Amino acid sequence: MTDAGTLHAPMKVEFDYTRSLGPTLSEFMTGLKRRQVLGGTLSDGTVAVPPPEYDPRTYDPITELVPVSDEGVVQSWAWVPEPVPGQPLDRPFAFAQIVLDGADRPLLHAVAVEAPDQIETGMRVRARWADETVGAITDIRWFEPLDDSPATTPGAGDGEPVTGIVAPVHLAYDFAASPEESAFFRGLAEGRILGQRCPVCEKVYVPPRGACPVDGVPTTTEVEVPDTGIVTTFCIVNVPFLGQRITPPYVSAYMLLDGADIAFLHLLLGVDPADVRMGMRVKAVWKPRDEWGTTIENISHFEPTGEPDADYETYKVHL
Amino acid sequence: MTTLAAVIGVGQTHHRAKRADVSIAGLLREAIDRAMADAEVTFDDIDAIVIGKAPDLFEGVMMPELYLAEALGAAGKPLLRVHTAGSVGGSTAIVAASLVEAGIHERVLTVAFEKQSESNAMWALSIPVPFIMPVHAGAGGYFAPHVRSYIRRSGAPDHIGAIVAAKDRQNALKNPYAHLQNPDTTVESVLASQMLWDPIRYDETCPSSDGACALVIASEDAVERSGIKNPAWIHGTQMRSEPTTAAERDQVNPHAGREAAAALWKQAGISSPIDEIDCAEIYVPFSWFEPMWLENLGFAEQGDGWKLTEAGETRIEGRIPVNMSGGVLSSNPIGASGMLRFGEAALQVMGEAGEHQVDGARKALGHAYGGGSQFFAMWVVGADKPNH
Amino acid sequence: MTRDVAIVGFAQRQMKEFDGSPTCVELLVPIFAELFEQTGWTKSDIEFWCSGSSDYLAGRSFSFVSAVDAIGALPPVMESHVEMDAAWALYEAWVKIQTGLVDTALVYGFGKSSAGQLRRILSLQMDPYTVTPLWADAVSVAGMQARAGLESGAWDQDQMAAVVARSMSDAAGNEYAIRSKATTVEDVLAQPVYADPLRRWDCAPVSDGAAAIVISAADTPAFDRLPGPAAWITGIEHRIEPGALNTRDLTVSTSTTSAGAAAGVEGVDLAELHAPFSHQELILGSALGLGDDVRINPSGGALTANPMFTAGLNRIGEAARQVWSGSSQRALAHATSGPALQQNLVLTMEARA
Repeated sequence: MTDAGTLHAPMKVEFDYTRSLGPTLSEFMTGLKRRQVLGGTLSDGTVAVPPPEYDPRTYDPITELVPVSDEGVVQSWAWVPEPVPGQPLDRPFAFAQIVLDGADRPLLHAVAVEAPDQIETGMRVRARWADETVGAITDIRWFEPLDDSPATTPGAGDGEPVTGIVAPVHLAYDFAASPEESAFFRGLAEGRILGQRCPVCEKVYVPPRGACPVDGVPTTTEVEVPDTGIVTTFCIVNVPFLGQRITPPYVSAYMLLDGADIAFLHLLLGVDPADVRMGMRVKAVWKPRDEWGTTIENISHFEPTGEPDADYETYKVHL
Repeated sequence: MTTLAAVIGVGQTHHRAKRADVSIAGLLREAIDRAMADAEVTFDDIDAIVIGKAPDLFEGVMMPELYLAEALGAAGKPLLRVHTAGSVGGSTAIVAASLVEAGIHERVLTVAFEKQSESNAMWALSIPVPFIMPVHAGAGGYFAPHVRSYIRRSGAPDHIGAIVAAKDRQNALKNPYAHLQNPDTTVESVLASQMLWDPIRYDETCPSSDGACALVIASEDAVERSGIKNPAWIHGTQMRSEPTTAAERDQVNPHAGREAAAALWKQAGISSPIDEIDCAEIYVPFSWFEPMWLENLGFAEQGDGWKLTEAGETRIEGRIPVNMSGGVLSSNPIGASGMLRFGEAALQVMGEAGEHQVDGARKALGHAYGGGSQFFAMWVVGADKPNH
Repeated sequence: MTRDVAIVGFAQRQMKEFDGSPTCVELLVPIFAELFEQTGWTKSDIEFWCSGSSDYLAGRSFSFVSAVDAIGALPPVMESHVEMDAAWALYEAWVKIQTGLVDTALVYGFGKSSAGQLRRILSLQMDPYTVTPLWADAVSVAGMQARAGLESGAWDQDQMAAVVARSMSDAAGNEYAIRSKATTVEDVLAQPVYADPLRRWDCAPVSDGAAAIVISAADTPAFDRLPGPAAWITGIEHRIEPGALNTRDLTVSTSTTSAGAAAGVEGVDLAELHAPFSHQELILGSALGLGDDVRINPSGGALTANPMFTAGLNRIGEAARQVWSGSSQRALAHATSGPALQQNLVLTMEARA
């Protein structure tokens, strides 16, 4: 661990998943869209909400769905003092297991009350439906104490059968680089490329590693390498995809810097992709100094130097 | 080894780009129910379940086997979840086999799946990592430079990849479960398709599929007590791993694959793979990996794999048929792709491969790899009990 | 019938926030070095490697891939990975040894829970159609479980507080514990209720960490070279329960009971139970039928540090340390996974003359 600690940066992992439902869940979600809660009859004769797709004892598909009420009784609950993003309420509330009238086994959902002393086991609650239903468990926004107010949206709606749901999964992480990588990125902020030598095999790693992958020990001795080298191998990316940050087509190439024993991937520009060759001599093109940060992106890209290509024999062990 | 083990049932889904008719659980059950029917068993006969899939980010469910316990028939039983990147379908089958071989269980159900239509694999594999150059472009972007290295190293002509793609797509037409069913694919049409990750063309890449594969693996005793007369006996299993990148690591002909294959041939009592193996299901997600793995596995000398491909020796009627099912190039539910290779190898020696059956197949290879060509899992199955 | 296998090495790190990469390579390197020191072995003595970790904890696909660097895996190694607590990786390794293909194994787990919001991430373990869209977080699910038992009379607040007080007091002797100090039941009950009915101390602290264990068959030359004592595995079993919470009685743990019965819990004098919430230790103790004479969690247990995907393996390591030192003749270790104790593993071990 360096004195300065490791470099951190926020990292987001976000996707709106598209889930197809199959027969049991499709019927349940279609019910919700019509503001009708359905339960599944298990092999022991009990009715469970939501209906499990498969029975916990026989493992057979649950096919018999029955209507149940959107009112019921709290069976157990827990207070949520600090809601997290995506939960039904953004102020403190309770998660509860609610046995709906007509069902035997509880539904897990939110109960909107102001404080934990306003909810108790045995309390009767009623669903608060969304103004517009789509066929998702969130069509019930939450449950609320039965005596609070009249039902919001009486009567069943219509709607086409629901065959899928969209499930957003948006997560935020604090990403940290390893101490060795952090030293590398800090060097880049000064315009230097700092590799490290493995104390056992003496290979120079750029970037340096938390462990030499051959010897399992941290790379230690700092070795500064120049920003020149060769392309060992490469591909031309023509395919666009979600989240892509460089517009295709572009050349993604393994750059083996002079004095390094391992190549890393970077962008190659300043040459027609059709003219890129294995063994081509290249040099880093840095962004303007005032745009530098602790990132390999300080090097905007690499471009050919025009020097003669390296002989295949000199780099074939790096393929 | 305490006991011999054999595959007594194989099941798979109809693989498609989007199986909109089923949930994740429903997809799994399609394969599981077929495997159990094939093995003439019910959940009551299953002692344990081993499940595998590739990254959880593909479906957006953390350790989905937890919520899937009922669908897997696992409630009340032991359940293991394996994840070894793209090789996972193979590794999962190997873990299941080891539970039987160790004498711990009599019958183990193993299943692997991916429902890729829930998200987007390119996204899941290319989420930008802070500080790093965002040049990554999915699996194709990762492997294309190494394919270029192979071409340079072997001197293979340009059209070898296209030969593989056309062959596998034609084989897929004989496999009703295969995702891609394109009767018009030829070497010429592959060569004419768009260059995606130069040197990899569109038709040389695998599709993104929803699918699952399941196997029932039984002990020698359990096989003898069953009605199954044509089990696929497991002659050997091997797994090897190495780092993604290391100074002077061979990315074209990885050490881990060579070592796993050598150990496997020894374990299975095979001295000349090309002569003794009747057919092989090899994990080929990009066409050029057929010649690369032919060399890595020891079916050909280094630099000569493409010659077998070019000579047509990897066709169903060739000297070493490869990917009779259409392979990963025709169906790719990532987590299941390895188990499909293992399962197709079993179907061949069971004589149940239908239209893509290799005549008289007695010994077959199932192979999977993953990560940056760094995780390898493989097995040999045979129509006869191993005699060693 | 089964091959004799012993636990012969254990090393760990637990911390509130690990200042390093989510791949935890930097944590694993010194842990492996410590194990080689303990065993006198080198990398080449390890015939099988198996790990447990989670992509969602790290926030990226294939998060376990980099960890292979810590091994130094060229020449290549025989290796596998479970997306589970590393206690199940140990199970896979034990099975591999039982097949006779290998004699020795190093099992490791790692996770950096602090990289994300753990209780929210764990809601991704629920049914993705009907529960996860509500983001039912792990603390709330445990809270509903705790209340079910409180209101059924299965346990009471004093018993939960006693678990907390004993755990935190015992953790004073564990250099890797995150929460440790001499604590009484009164101290615990004086704490405010946080996620009613749970106090913060009823919930394991968010923890980062890594751990590794070496196991070896008895009938191998490498075993004879070991300098230290062995803890012999006498049983290892695991079971899972249904995923739908509403089809389970959350106040009991049937999977722990059946795994314990299969592994054989008779005669244990010590148990390391993986209970991330105080009431869950009470459930586990009942499920295993542990009497008052069984010493529970001398390490302080998961309530004092709960690094995800290694905390279960740590229970095995902590129990083994007690057997090595002679403090226990026959010990039990337990690991859990999934919401509200859904999946459970029980391992028993003993000292031999």
